[in-house]
Amino acid sequence: MRRAVITGIGAVAPGGVGREAFWDVLLAGKGRTRTITFFDASEFRSRIAAEVDFDPFQAGLGHQEVRRMDRAAQFAVVCAREAAADSGLEVSALDPGRLGVTIGSAVGCTMSLEEEYRVLSDGGRKWLVDHTYGVPHLYEQMVPSSLAVEVAADVGAEGPVSLISTGCTSGLDSLGYGVQLVEEGSADVVFAGATDAPLSPITSACFDAIKATTPENDAPEQASKPFDARRRGFVLGEGAAVMVIEEYAAARARGARIYAEIAGFAGRSNAFHMTGLKPDGREMAEAIRVGLGKAKVNPEEIDYVNAHGSGTKQNDRHETAAFKRSLGDHAYKVPVSSIKSMVGHSLGAIGAIEVAACALAIDRQVVPPTANLHERDPECDLDYVPLTPREHRIRNVLSVGSGFGGFQSAMVLRRPEEVPA
Amino acid sequence: MSAPEMVITGLGVVAPTGLDAEEHWSAVLSGKSGIGRITRFDPSGYPVVLGGEVPDFTAKERIPQRLVPQTDHWTHMALYGAEAALGDAGVDPAERSEYEMAVVTSSSSGGTEFGQNEMSGLYGKGPGWVGVYQSIAWFYAATTGQISIRNGMRGPCGVVCAEQAGGLDAIGQARRLLRDDVRMVVTGGTDASLCPYGLVAQMQTGLLSESEDTARAYLPFDADACGYVPGEGGAILIAERGEEAAERGAGYGAVLGYASGFEPPGRPSSLARTLRRALDDARVDPGDVDAVFADGMGDLRQDRIEADAIASVFGPGAVPVTAPKVLSGRLYGGGAPLDVATALLGIRDGVVPHTPGTTRPVDGIDLVRDQPRETGPRTVLVIARGYGGFNAALVLGALER
Amino acid sequence: MSEFTLQELRNVVKAAVNADDLGEIGEETLDTEFIELGYDSLALLEVLSVIQREYGLRLPDEATESMQTPGEALAYINERFKAAEGSR
Repeated sequence: MRRAVITGIGAVAPGGVGREAFWDVLLAGKGRTRTITFFDASEFRSRIAAEVDFDPFQAGLGHQEVRRMDRAAQFAVVCAREAAADSGLEVSALDPGRLGVTIGSAVGCTMSLEEEYRVLSDGGRKWLVDHTYGVPHLYEQMVPSSLAVEVAADVGAEGPVSLISTGCTSGLDSLGYGVQLVEEGSADVVFAGATDAPLSPITSACFDAIKATTPENDAPEQASKPFDARRRGFVLGEGAAVMVIEEYAAARARGARIYAEIAGFAGRSNAFHMTGLKPDGREMAEAIRVGLGKAKVNPEEIDYVNAHGSGTKQNDRHETAAFKRSLGDHAYKVPVSSIKSMVGHSLGAIGAIEVAACALAIDRQVVPPTANLHERDPECDLDYVPLTPREHRIRNVLSVGSGFGGFQSAMVLRRPEEVPA
Repeated sequence: MSAPEMVITGLGVVAPTGLDAEEHWSAVLSGKSGIGRITRFDPSGYPVVLGGEVPDFTAKERIPQRLVPQTDHWTHMALYGAEAALGDAGVDPAERSEYEMAVVTSSSSGGTEFGQNEMSGLYGKGPGWVGVYQSIAWFYAATTGQISIRNGMRGPCGVVCAEQAGGLDAIGQARRLLRDDVRMVVTGGTDASLCPYGLVAQMQTGLLSESEDTARAYLPFDADACGYVPGEGGAILIAERGEEAAERGAGYGAVLGYASGFEPPGRPSSLARTLRRALDDARVDPGDVDAVFADGMGDLRQDRIEADAIASVFGPGAVPVTAPKVLSGRLYGGGAPLDVATALLGIRDGVVPHTPGTTRPVDGIDLVRDQPRETGPRTVLVIARGYGGFNAALVLGALER
Repeated sequence: MSEFTLQELRNVVKAAVNADDLGEIGEETLDTEFIELGYDSLALLEVLSVIQREYGLRLPDEATESMQTPGEALAYINERFKAAEGSR
């Protein structure tokens, strides 16, 4: 049986561009959310976000790349390059036909698409938008697949390349898709991850309309507080993570540093409502149950749960119920945390960013905390690792995601020492 | 002989050539084009005026009315297509096990018209004018989510985006799910970005036809090729395990093989390798393939690359090649699923449909022109290529009866 | 302003979500929950948006919790109008 392992990590997250800077953010246990600076948000209900201080030139991109690529594509390419370097692979020497790419994104190139709309419609005045103002790469901005194209072109992949877009589970689902490619033998090495850069007026307006984002604008760093009784919604974020996933035997043979095996993955849908969740967590629990089964891991063997933990009352209770339903009594014993408390909710990207955090947690044997958790919601009665990181023996990690459309996904990561022979 | 692992048992066609599979098929056989001047808005100010619109599709007559304001035109068509496909397959989701049903669609550009409308509210009036449904209508997962909810399908659902190639990738993913614990997948896809912003974005590639002659605007593999015509719609397909389809006596044909690849800029095309991989996956020799449904971009250079790939795998002129999509235009996420539906109908009726309009075909391939060929195809290869470098291939085969 | 009437509520709901397969809002359904009439949480939020846009009335996030039926909605909206006038 072919197994898929993570041998390289690249991350761009609020507060930290690069893998180690990102890990430092998690250890610091502080919210990286702030009053929106990208546009004038004064007319909006939610006026805060987890923005990345990202200088594309400093991150190694050229002038044409910066002109051509949406911010989400820039993030993804920068992450892929970091992951490649981290893996120690000489990517240009790989068989391109055995090299794949899978990138997740919930909303694609929203920022550019909105910016160009503003120009072509002359500030919303023209329904028949003016094509003479169209930029050459406008089509790339309409099709999210361009994000995967940029990464694939950059690494020279000629094997399977896809963009996975399942809303807020895109990141987990993209990694799950990449794992399939390695396990079934369609590729030997896959650059897998996700990216989103959604911080623009239309995104803020649409989440304002459904009151999903927090209206708590006065203390931005403390506004994202999953599982806290005072939480009032999620805080939008942006970022990306891309990992090098390769076949286990080949990775061992070349003496690669292995962060973790992606041992099990499963998705389920609630078929209930596009945004609503039933409080019982039934379908997420089923995804967890199937994911554990694929990894051949018992609930008691899970040492850390990386929660979706978006900080909406509905989500936090839904997944707390799902953990109890799938893990039984062990749910009360295992540390559970949400890094969205620090880096916000970057929609489709966050699932991959969270898996990067899980791989680093396994590597460093430390559980990242849930920041801003001072008063636990009485209905959320698990160990959410408040405020400070915790040293812990971590063999197996469960990471979950939940998103609009009803998608529920679960992934199990295993410490390399535990991988069965 | 053992049953194939994956069979397509239901077709839900929503295309410029027809609002159901049979209507579409008879249009294909008679060469009746669904291409015309765009009517959803006035295109006269744009260099591109032709499009493939789905005629007579009024959402509130085709899907539950309450869903109409919640979703974009693209999702309306997919919801209708899914219902038609399930009916065609004889599948009642209420009788199936919830986790054994999944939805995997391809989407290329999401709910562009809906998004344009909401952005127009945002910039014309203010943030308070953006409606609640923007959060669930614009994003690429809207169609899969709505089909899952409407039919109680709780299995591992997904959305694959690879422009025009994505439809075959969605079907490939459906096959992975059937190999695992899923027994029925609603797959295929639709797209519908024929709104002003969507059209203008498409125009920037320089690949769209600026011709106003509906019969000559989209001529793949022709010396007079001048781009392609954009369209809307697609096809939703029901995929099931072969043995279960056989028990009901259901099915148009089997999915025998699949592969996908990528063509990075500045490198020789990987398309021939992808075609060989799909044939290897199907355990089919090139000589056993009876027809190729080509991608046919309508661009001289891209058509040359595709014709060369086909010729290198099969030999020059060794296999009939066709591109009936000239009748509908390119449908992006919906395009390849529609080609699969057309190919399956061709297998059913023993016909390779023709590519109307082409008069001066490129050399190296045997393009089926002028009229359909009644050659009784049993094994067919479908090719799809997506903007940016995606490619994919699917091998379909007749069922043993 | 004068009272926010049942007819106005009907108009606002129609402006928010117009579909024949949703339950009728009238005297007979004043005490029927919106959800039973086919209006989900998003539809109710859209109704709120329309009221805020067309009447300039500010409504808090929790408003939908006090508007589970058409009758409750009428009472609640009228109460908010009064409060808004009082604070002027």
